[in-house]
Amino acid sequence: MTMTHMDANSPAHGSHPMPPGMLAGTAADRPIAGAGLPEKISVRNLEFFYDGYRALKNISLPLYDRQVTAFIGPSGCGKSTLLRILNRMYDLYPKQVATGEVLLDGTNILSPKQDLNLLRARVGMVFQKPTPFPMSIYDNIAFGVRLYEKLSRAEMEERIEFSLRRAALWDEVKDKLRQNGMSLSGGQQQRLCIARAIAVKPSVLLLDEPTSALDPISTAKCEELIDELRSDYCIAIVTHNMQQAARISNFTAFMYLGELIEFGNTEEIFTNPTKEKTSEYITGRFG
Amino acid sequence: MTEIALTLTDAHASTARRARRQRLQDAVFRNATLAFALLVLLILGGVTVSLIDGALPALRAFGFGFVGTEVWNPVSEQFGALAPIYGTLVTSVIAMAVGIPVSFGIALFITEMCPAWLKRPLGVAIELLAGIPSIIYGIWGLFVFAPFMQSTVQPFLIATLGQIPGIGNLFMGPPYGIGILTAGLILGIMVLPFITSITRDVFETVPPMVRESAYGLGATTWEVVWNVVLPYTRTGVVGGVMLGLGRALGETMAVTFVIGNAHRISSSIMAPGTTISASIANEFTEAVGDVYTSSLVALGLILFLITFTVLSIAKLMLLRLQRKAGA
Repeated sequence: MTMTHMDANSPAHGSHPMPPGMLAGTAADRPIAGAGLPEKISVRNLEFFYDGYRALKNISLPLYDRQVTAFIGPSGCGKSTLLRILNRMYDLYPKQVATGEVLLDGTNILSPKQDLNLLRARVGMVFQKPTPFPMSIYDNIAFGVRLYEKLSRAEMEERIEFSLRRAALWDEVKDKLRQNGMSLSGGQQQRLCIARAIAVKPSVLLLDEPTSALDPISTAKCEELIDELRSDYCIAIVTHNMQQAARISNFTAFMYLGELIEFGNTEEIFTNPTKEKTSEYITGRFG
Repeated sequence: MTEIALTLTDAHASTARRARRQRLQDAVFRNATLAFALLVLLILGGVTVSLIDGALPALRAFGFGFVGTEVWNPVSEQFGALAPIYGTLVTSVIAMAVGIPVSFGIALFITEMCPAWLKRPLGVAIELLAGIPSIIYGIWGLFVFAPFMQSTVQPFLIATLGQIPGIGNLFMGPPYGIGILTAGLILGIMVLPFITSITRDVFETVPPMVRESAYGLGATTWEVVWNVVLPYTRTGVVGGVMLGLGRALGETMAVTFVIGNAHRISSSIMAPGTTISASIANEFTEAVGDVYTSSLVALGLILFLITFTVLSIAKLMLLRLQRKAGA
């Protein structure tokens, strides 16, 4: 398995699921990254503008199902911006516009007809800092579930236990579910946020530097958790920590100044990048 | 050698002089500001003492029954504070019932939904509204609002709500135009900018990421506001409401214009009544005799205690919010 530049992966007429095998140019002898894996999300010719400023330039890449894809790159390269497009969080703010296509299971989520609340229920997000709501641990998780489902008490309790177990938090909080979520430690709060995202049964998880505010031990726990969640979700993670990207991701996208420089198998990106810029960045020569 | 030593001591001496002068300057400055600060306590203490002192003759004459008596008869020199206290509280309750929801709506619109270009004009308009002198609300209330109430709103209320057994009692009697209800509504308009600007500031303390987390779960704006923004800002919001309430309790001029100034307690909120501050403003010039004057001062003391309590609670709650935000 090797990587390739993504332009090769964007045949103009590609319908979903797109066969990712088309190769072009210099990497012609290499099979495309992730060939054969089902694409959960296909980003195609994506451009993004902040009040006219072009923040993302013609981005195309796949996010494979049940794989972890890391976005790396120096600050301001557009990786968080890209993440926030995948659940259309940018829609909350005026003067932010995305063009191109983002297909989630084959449907273009950039379409104005897309129901935002339903989209966000399918695409969960976790932020740089833990953001527990000012309510009990129980309600923190039940909040999202109640928006969509009418569960009986028992079903709700089951769902809450499932989510907390999945987020590796159950053992620590099972006796204090009625306590305020803000009373937990930072690392626990972040896992609570992950549990909260899982509880609404999304198929995609977006993690925006989820461990940047955590201590090393909590970070390790979160990484372990992400590793476990891999088997059920399509995960996209933005990180400034290249070791983290190398440790936990299957695929890595390196971005620079709003452009996707290189996308590929994580191992390949870190050991044998094809682009000068990528190797400079991962060896710490800039960024 | 001696020459150098001499100049050195000279330099030393001048530095020392300057240091002394600076120390003196600093001491003067420190003590002057301390004196100004103490002035605040002095004024507060002075007001309290003179209020109590002024109220003593009335309290001696009527005892604590002063607070619980409705009668207010300057001729027989019988005075009780119940009607003004009742009027003060009821007008404030009406003001809050109208002011709180509308203020929240405005604040939420500005923080959550308002397009960027409208944000500033709205903010400025609210500040201007807060700056309108109360006398203007008073004359507007008397010449414009009260006639409108008399011709339109009150007949409607009498015909509808007034027919319902029970709460109908609140909406009975002839439509005077002026009265407790009109005063309460004017107060509601007056407290609006205060509650709005404080709640808006408090709503803006919700970290954008917390907000986005809720939206990220697929919550609608209403769900985000109701389940996240309001609980997150609960204490601050209550603080803002209390400050508005403090203003409503003490407002004098506008209320005096439209409340009707009748020392009685009616079951109908459309009937004329009075408030503590309106009574004092109306009757001070005609108060003859120690007991009459003293009774008005005693009313002032009661108002002072009520607003003091309300503002203390507000301060405590805002303090708690700050501690939470700081942690």
